[in-house]
Amino acid sequence: MRIKVTKENCTGCRLCQQICTIAHYDEINPKKAAIRIEPQFPEPGIFVPRLCVQCGKCAEACPEDAIEKIDDAYVINREKCTNCHVCVDVCPIGVMFTHADAPTPIKCDLCLKCTEVCNTGALTVISKKSAATK
Amino acid sequence: MDGFGGTILRINLESGEIKRTPTPEDLARGWMGARGFVAKTLYDEVPRDADPLGPENLLIMAPGVMTGAFAPCGSKIGFGCISPATNGHADSNMGGMLGAEVKYAGYDMVVFERVSPEPVYLYIDDDTVELRPAGDYWGMGSLDLEKKMKEDLGEDFQIATIGPAGENGVVFSCITHDFGRQAGRCGVGAVMGSKRLKAIAVRGTKSLPVHDLPAMTKATYDIIQRTKSHPLMEPWQKYGTALFVGWANEHGCFPTKNFQTTYHEHWESISGEKLAEEVLVTHKACFGCWMNCGKYSVAKIPGKPDTYVEGPEYETIALCGGSCGMKDIHHVAYANWLCDNLGLDTMSSGNTIGFAMECFEKGIITKDDLEGHELKWGDIDDFENVVRMIADRRGIGETLSYGTKGAAERLGQNTIAFASQAKGMEFSGYDTRWYWAQLLSYCTSDIGAHHNRSWAITADVQIGQDTPKGKAPVVIYLQHIRPLFDTWCCCRLFWGELDVTPEEHVDTIRQLTGWDVTLEECMQVSEKIWNITRAHYLERNGGPGRQFDVAPARHLDEKIPSGPAEGHAVGRENFEYMLDDYYYNRGWDKQGHPTREVLEILGIPYVADNLEKIGLLGKPFEDGVPKVRGEKLKPKAM
Repeated sequence: MRIKVTKENCTGCRLCQQICTIAHYDEINPKKAAIRIEPQFPEPGIFVPRLCVQCGKCAEACPEDAIEKIDDAYVINREKCTNCHVCVDVCPIGVMFTHADAPTPIKCDLCLKCTEVCNTGALTVISKKSAATK
Repeated sequence: MDGFGGTILRINLESGEIKRTPTPEDLARGWMGARGFVAKTLYDEVPRDADPLGPENLLIMAPGVMTGAFAPCGSKIGFGCISPATNGHADSNMGGMLGAEVKYAGYDMVVFERVSPEPVYLYIDDDTVELRPAGDYWGMGSLDLEKKMKEDLGEDFQIATIGPAGENGVVFSCITHDFGRQAGRCGVGAVMGSKRLKAIAVRGTKSLPVHDLPAMTKATYDIIQRTKSHPLMEPWQKYGTALFVGWANEHGCFPTKNFQTTYHEHWESISGEKLAEEVLVTHKACFGCWMNCGKYSVAKIPGKPDTYVEGPEYETIALCGGSCGMKDIHHVAYANWLCDNLGLDTMSSGNTIGFAMECFEKGIITKDDLEGHELKWGDIDDFENVVRMIADRRGIGETLSYGTKGAAERLGQNTIAFASQAKGMEFSGYDTRWYWAQLLSYCTSDIGAHHNRSWAITADVQIGQDTPKGKAPVVIYLQHIRPLFDTWCCCRLFWGELDVTPEEHVDTIRQLTGWDVTLEECMQVSEKIWNITRAHYLERNGGPGRQFDVAPARHLDEKIPSGPAEGHAVGRENFEYMLDDYYYNRGWDKQGHPTREVLEILGIPYVADNLEKIGLLGKPFEDGVPKVRGEKLKPKAM
């Protein structure tokens, strides 16, 4: 499965960011979320959600082999990660995020919590099969 | 302290000194944030003879206990000061993203003191707090400046700005954020301008301390899932507050041509549906809101630039649209953008310009006053000319810059009779001649005629419209429940429209703070706020209090000439009956003065002492004040 982003539906509410940090850090702090909302205002007036598409480039580059594929997601192993940020530099779409208080870079692990709270269809789950036929 | 940022900032704009103090828990629990913090701080600190636009006034910015929490839309932040429009306590709040950002930076209140010698803006990046020069920004439009500051500082910063109107001291200037969210009312933008504070930029990257995060997460998660399928969710998501345009016309409360009548023949051309069809760019939510009532729009008018702004909301459509006789949603959206970029409250602007249009119709204002322009109903070019004159305070714009009451005092000729205002604050977008509880709400409000102090329109229908009976206790209850949302700083619409109960909100606060707080305790905080702001108004303006709680002649005497509410007016006897009933049920005397008994119940005996010193403490009730003050009624959703 993967998360499908329909940016036209995003209203910029940031519920996805809150639930993301609650799920991963037991904290409320949108700046630590694995999803970013890029508002483009005043023109054209659109919110662009940005998050990992699970391409695996980070895992290939990681010198510690700390990014492991678990089911459909590449997940940072917090035990192995040395916070060297090589993955941040190689991420082709700039969605390996950082925060001064986070022990490792921040990336989406497909927990799907964000899709459960999103009420506009901006973030939805699609199976791999339907993704492939797209 | 769980649930709070932990720090109060005091910024002396004259000396540049910045002080940090820990947020006291007795302030936090006793006043809960935003409107409560503002009410207490202004009452305790501002000299009673301070000029609202002078150095002794304070400008306060404060989020509330729920701001930034995983709660039903904890987005709000309050701004407060003494209002240049009413000369009383003022607070006005906004949604958007600013409140949460301030909280994540660790602040519960920022108090601006004195006046800066040069234009400045406040820069907050977590613990870094600086006053920075804003000379290059001075004179810029609110929206233009937000764009510029996002470019200068980065998208991560949340920005609040004032426009030229605020710099120039127009008494209904607002503070703008997020390309169209405002602390709109009371002239908070004029006070910010008087302090030469052009903008506030904030980035917060800290985590919010929460007492019981798993419990709060579960409760809010369940509320999200439950309300997703609420029957009103979809219409609210589609149309936002503009949904109400149709209802208001069908029920005869839509201000039309300066409240001359209450049904707009062309309402369908400025309705929520028309907004969605013609000008909508995107749906836009405040922080943590899954209902996204915000509508971001573009106005396309031949010969004018395309303009983007969040809105128009119901109030803007009612007042810039209906009250100014507009018939085109693009024109309303353009008027919205003009007001926002100039830094003017769309509500008071629409009301005041509608008033000026009636003056033009009657020959009281002429082309000579308007630099050769006219001021015709529904004419967007005329609207643009006069709104720019107001922002610049040029010619007749100077007269109108005081709002309808101030303008009527300057124009004379009994124009005050058709100035729809209370205490110097313009009516919101609801005519009251068939909605008497709403008139009582407007006239007894601490900040003047603002609907959000107690929105009683559907409550009027529930109680029965053509009677003064039973209105006052319900208005009091609504005046008590509404401050909860303004202090907690979560959006009232989840209660009003989606049936999230106040008890559920209180549960969130318990989970957030660890306090054993109850709804009853919160309601008492509300009543305390209502009483302290009343006392503050009396201490600044003298007595008797009853002389200030007056309704405009149009709404008392003139029968509605057309539409579903044709033939209705409130009548003076009915209004006086409601006022007597209101004071009694508040535990105030017949002059509207709070009594010692009530102030002591609320835990603020020092306010009674202050009122006693100036002879404005209410006469005691022989049999004691009513035990239950206010009568519970949940207004029907639209």
